[in-house]
Amino acid sequence: MDLTFSAREHAFREELRAWLAENEPAPEPTEGGEDAHYAWRRDWQRRLYDAGWAAPAWPVEYGGRGASLSESAIYFEELGRARVPLPANVLGLLLGGPTLMVWGSEAQKERYLAPILSAEEIWCQGFSEPEAGSDLASLKTTAVKDGEDWVITGQKVWTSGAQYSKWCMLVARSDGDAAKHKGLTYFLMDMEQAAVQVRPLRQITGEAEFNELFIEEARIPEENVVGGVGNGWKVALTTLMNERAGLGFLLQVRLRQLLDDAIAAARERGMLEAPGGSVLADALADLHIRCEQIRLLAWKGLTDIERYGQPGPEGSLVKWLWSDTNQRLTALAAEIVGAEALTDGTTWSYELLRARGNTIEGGTTEVLKNIVAERVLGLPRLKAA
Amino acid sequence: MDFGLSEDQRQIQRTARELLAERARPERVRSHAEQRRLDEDLWRELGELGWPGIAVAEQYGGQGLGLVELAILCEELGRSVAPVAFLPTVLAALVIEQAGSAEQRERWLPGLASGGTLGALAIERDGVAELALGASGAEVLVLAQEGDSRARVYAQEGLDAADAQEGLDQREGLEVSGVVERVDSIDPTRPTARVAVPADAGEALGGDVQAGLDRALVAVSAELVGVCERALDMTVAYVKERKQFGVPVGSFQAVSHRCAQMLLDTERARSATSYAAWAADADPERLPEAAAMAKASASQAGIEVTASAIQAHGGIGFTWEADVHWLYKRALLDASLLGGAKLHRARLASLL
Repeated sequence: MDLTFSAREHAFREELRAWLAENEPAPEPTEGGEDAHYAWRRDWQRRLYDAGWAAPAWPVEYGGRGASLSESAIYFEELGRARVPLPANVLGLLLGGPTLMVWGSEAQKERYLAPILSAEEIWCQGFSEPEAGSDLASLKTTAVKDGEDWVITGQKVWTSGAQYSKWCMLVARSDGDAAKHKGLTYFLMDMEQAAVQVRPLRQITGEAEFNELFIEEARIPEENVVGGVGNGWKVALTTLMNERAGLGFLLQVRLRQLLDDAIAAARERGMLEAPGGSVLADALADLHIRCEQIRLLAWKGLTDIERYGQPGPEGSLVKWLWSDTNQRLTALAAEIVGAEALTDGTTWSYELLRARGNTIEGGTTEVLKNIVAERVLGLPRLKAA
Repeated sequence: MDFGLSEDQRQIQRTARELLAERARPERVRSHAEQRRLDEDLWRELGELGWPGIAVAEQYGGQGLGLVELAILCEELGRSVAPVAFLPTVLAALVIEQAGSAEQRERWLPGLASGGTLGALAIERDGVAELALGASGAEVLVLAQEGDSRARVYAQEGLDAADAQEGLDQREGLEVSGVVERVDSIDPTRPTARVAVPADAGEALGGDVQAGLDRALVAVSAELVGVCERALDMTVAYVKERKQFGVPVGSFQAVSHRCAQMLLDTERARSATSYAAWAADADPERLPEAAAMAKASASQAGIEVTASAIQAHGGIGFTWEADVHWLYKRALLDASLLGGAKLHRARLASLL
């Protein structure tokens, strides 16, 4: 057991931290709405890209630094610590690129990877459907072969960044007669065609991080199939596994910052010394323990993969614990800051409402518990259709 | 970063698990618990193997290994709910090694390390320690003052079981005028006692008592992690077997999600405990915070996971015949030992 970072990892962190200190992003735009905000994140990614920091985990041959898993985690911890925005093309960098590196043809890697890195071409993810959420493999969007093309019809939902995207990682049913998981194919769909309509999906915070996609006979050339026809489920799993890996470390650091902010708010108001202060202190200490455990379990999961090649059960546990903790934290913070957390437009009110999504997005807590029960504890699977 | 155990540490873990699977089988634990007797044969064997001295320095007759290794043994003993005085003895040794003078260590540690001397550690308030684990029968009793970093040692030689009922007397020049009175706790796998001593009795430990107490917290937390693991193992096995409505009850999400929660609680406690054990050995500056986190989460997990095990066993879980109650009782005692979850969260809050 050695819970220290190596000299190489330290050097990596120091180099990045120094660069971030020298290269603050432009001030966050206060006008111009979503579009201005997106442009701001795109500019930020270009600066990361110019300095070779857009995707350190990518191999050197594709423009990355060949960073280890630990270094990649450090990268996200440092982005979180510096409170900089996420790069605009986060889905391309974290999901699309790595999926192509595993399943893509040489021609696809040649064509798509560089523009992901430079934010020239933005990517989005077309997996979930209105009728296929947790049960993703039941998705209904169809892909029908027509000459050299595939013709796509259906509906996708929770597609963040779709309005800015050039490419969509799309999973569709290419064989309606095959078994549920076997009839799927993974495509790269050009978003710049009239057959694809993007409609913003307004969420409980009032903004629209996500969209719905309405696809009516969109065309995708055969060369844009990734990983072979009928192999879509396996390719999609590669994408989903990448979804949990790096970003978790950024979220873990953000949670820590939010807790520090809540503690500072309680101190400013003299609440820890006031009557009932010990109850508040107890709740804050509990959240502190949870934050530390998330950090420890996340690092344990990552380093187990690095050392033993096998992920432990931590992945699902960390996401479950993180989402639950963020909800507890934002609820407690609302008690600390009072009216501010219930006033529209404040940071705390946003955090309070946004946290409701945490236990749903990227695998609901209910599904995570099923995964833990079935795959980690080996309990019998619930019989379902 | 590496959270894994070294090959040597894994070997210790394997050996301990195999030995206890054989020597602390559930029926043997049960028969000792029902008679409220410690397993002296097992204790002798553990002493021969050097277990009680695993984390004691070699110059005092120990193996000179660290808290990580000690935690491995505590965890395995927790798993088996073994009726031995291991935990109280190592707790006393940890505090004496950190806070005792060279002469005091010289005097007490070799006996504790060999298992030849039984020890105990308790927290006293106004001269009284309730349900002091292992105090009846202990020859070396360390009493730390609540909310203070002071501790005193009360020791005697050659105490036998009959004497233990009578209380400590004066031997070896130590002023011992306190009274140890055996009080049965709800956990019959280990003896407990009420200790009442005048404040000026015994011998003060002049060094860093808190450093010893923090290490003691890690050892108790590790035992709780072992208790949780066993409770989860038993529960998973049971809900796979037990059928109602024609299917294993473990296929119902109300049951399987309970099991998932037990795993999460166990893994949380384990992560904090491993971190604290590592900090004790490699980065003692972080130990006070890490030990408080470990004890707070292991105490909570211990109680919740074992209570959940009883619930998941249904009616059978409430019977004396099912072995889950030994785990629940051990968890309740360990959770309160050296302070419960709330106390350690309060301590943590003051460190934030």
